[in-house]
Amino acid sequence: MLQAVGPSKSPAVESTATETGIGDTADLAVEVSGVTKDYGSHAVLKGIRLQVKAGEKVTIVGPNGAGKTTLLKILATISRPLAGTARVAGFDITREAVEVRRRIGVISHQPYLYDDLTVEENVKFYGKMYDVPDLEERVRLLAGKLGLLHRLHDQVGTLSRGLQQRVSIARAAVHDPPVMLLDEPDTGLDQQAAGMLRAVIEGVDGGRRTVIMTTHNLELGLSVCDRIAVLVNGRIVHTEERSSVVLEGFRELYYRLTEVQR
Amino acid sequence: MDGVKKALWIVWKDVVCELRTKETLSSMFVFALLAIVIFNFAFQLRGDERVGLIAPGVLWVAFTFAGVLGLNRSFIKEKDHGCLEGLMLCPVDRSAIYAGKALGNLAFMLLMEAIALPMFAVFFNLPVLMPSLLLVILLGTVGFAGVGTLFSAISVNTKAREVMLPILFFPVLIPIVIAAVKSTAQIFDGVSFDQSMPWINLMLAFDVIFLVVSFLSFEYVVEG
Amino acid sequence: MNRTRFLDSSRLTSALFWLSLVGIVTGLYAAFIYAPNEKTMGVVYRIFYFHVPSAWVAFLSFLVVFVGGIMYLRTRERRWDTLALSSAEIGVVFCAIALITGSIWGKPAWGTWWTWEPRLTTTLVLWLIYAAYLMLRRMIEEESQRARVAAVFGIVGFVDVPIVFMSIRWWRTVHPIVFTIDEIRIAPSMLAALLIALVAFTLFYLYLLIQRISLENVGHELEALKQRVA
Repeated sequence: MLQAVGPSKSPAVESTATETGIGDTADLAVEVSGVTKDYGSHAVLKGIRLQVKAGEKVTIVGPNGAGKTTLLKILATISRPLAGTARVAGFDITREAVEVRRRIGVISHQPYLYDDLTVEENVKFYGKMYDVPDLEERVRLLAGKLGLLHRLHDQVGTLSRGLQQRVSIARAAVHDPPVMLLDEPDTGLDQQAAGMLRAVIEGVDGGRRTVIMTTHNLELGLSVCDRIAVLVNGRIVHTEERSSVVLEGFRELYYRLTEVQR
Repeated sequence: MDGVKKALWIVWKDVVCELRTKETLSSMFVFALLAIVIFNFAFQLRGDERVGLIAPGVLWVAFTFAGVLGLNRSFIKEKDHGCLEGLMLCPVDRSAIYAGKALGNLAFMLLMEAIALPMFAVFFNLPVLMPSLLLVILLGTVGFAGVGTLFSAISVNTKAREVMLPILFFPVLIPIVIAAVKSTAQIFDGVSFDQSMPWINLMLAFDVIFLVVSFLSFEYVVEG
Repeated sequence: MNRTRFLDSSRLTSALFWLSLVGIVTGLYAAFIYAPNEKTMGVVYRIFYFHVPSAWVAFLSFLVVFVGGIMYLRTRERRWDTLALSSAEIGVVFCAIALITGSIWGKPAWGTWWTWEPRLTTTLVLWLIYAAYLMLRRMIEEESQRARVAAVFGIVGFVDVPIVFMSIRWWRTVHPIVFTIDEIRIAPSMLAALLIALVAFTLFYLYLLIQRISLENVGHELEALKQRVA
């Protein structure tokens, strides 16, 4: 019953599918079932189950070493799960990895940028990798939204950390992905860039996106999500709709959950 | 064909980066030159006929060590800001990434050799602009860059990455070194080219076998 | 639990232990007493009963590393990686024994400790490749990454072996090959002694392999227990 409806034809259809209503019949943008992963004898993920509807924004919070980054890497197809399956944008992450990659944008605490290339060259290089049509236009649009227009021809190595992170946002969004995976994107972002990140998440450059974000900053996590999940010690121990969360109560719950596991 | 296009974009990216800093090329070239100078002191090289005995060895040792320098940079640069992960996220076959990186490394090595070869001709007073010699250099360098790119990706994952590359790479490279040195010596000696054919064939076989093996196994090396 | 390991049976282990012990004792008897002296080299040739089987075991081990690597990449089961690692360690030791015995043999036979004879040189290159393999393994922390990368290197290294051998052989044709094993006139009793030695060494290899694998498995279990306690 919770099976995702087959792969949608185009990312655009996918991302607007649930604009009106979110119900059981809605497309699932991300569907994780029974995913486990270990590094040798150390189990990192112990059976993750997670369903994210198209257009929904989910924040995953948890202490360091809980497995947040590993989970996102598996969804991003750059790490293999030991067991279990996951589908992203309707495609299986192991058997249809290339199709998944086309439809996701990833921002991590590393910018994935080449110091010796200019801002424009970096974004264009990734655009070429994703076969982005009208790349020129797309780069200008993103640069405009992110306040990078006057720095387009500067080498990335000469930019500040905050500016680099903005370029990284442009890189991740260059192919207008319906699903975005953000791994602690707030590290190194200045106030202004955080706002821009939010804007890109909200989809001011086009589509309405499904977002999974990890963070250990509760306030930030709550401010941009529809639903929040707590990942501790390789398990999702709690999920809650944003609308029912009261910050103080949630903070207390969070500390209790993470204490118990230690 | 899509893979070829993307591989070429990776080459473009590496070339633009390199042209901006010239770090890799200049260090490779200076290193090759240094190798020749050190050999001069070690073996008292003179422009007499005896130099032909060790000239092929000097040439290939210089190319080999300078090449390893360049290969080391190749993936360390990708690793610096997580760029390799960024590449892995792209909807591209891993083999296309391998092809792009290998082509870039091949181009840098050939460029270094193109600059070092005339210096070599001057120091050793040997004719180097012979098609047969250029063919040998090309075949040797293709094998070198082909396996070297795979091993560069392997060693960048290790704790002592700069040290690991030659330790892993040189034993496997021995057939290429033998074949290249032998055929280069035959060419300098003015032996007819037919005599070098077994070596040419050996290098061809090495190149083909290891390009295929590297092409197929690269994805396992870079998988996260 | 069964799927994570190979040959982990104590009955098999003790059977192999006794078999290889009997084999080695018989082999020693055959090598030093049963087999006659060789016509030209006299008694020194007897090191051949240790040199050849060591080289054989080394080669067999590296074949196992190759197969283990391929199977690991196909199945991603840890046991294949453990098999490859265990075999590589044993192989490097026997490869070293083959090199040392070859060198000791070379002194009276050729009047020199070392000659760049193709077989001996290939053995040296083999040793270098698999020593590098073991170093590589120590340089990677993360277990699955280590297994993957080592598998690839084990495959590349093994594919290289015949090419190395060919290139060195051609390289040596410039100089006369001083000596080959085929030149020993092998009497039937010598052949019998060699076969016994080969069987004994192979059994001993299997015994060591099983021991090394179970040692690795115990270490792994210990790690898992530590994780659980911590």
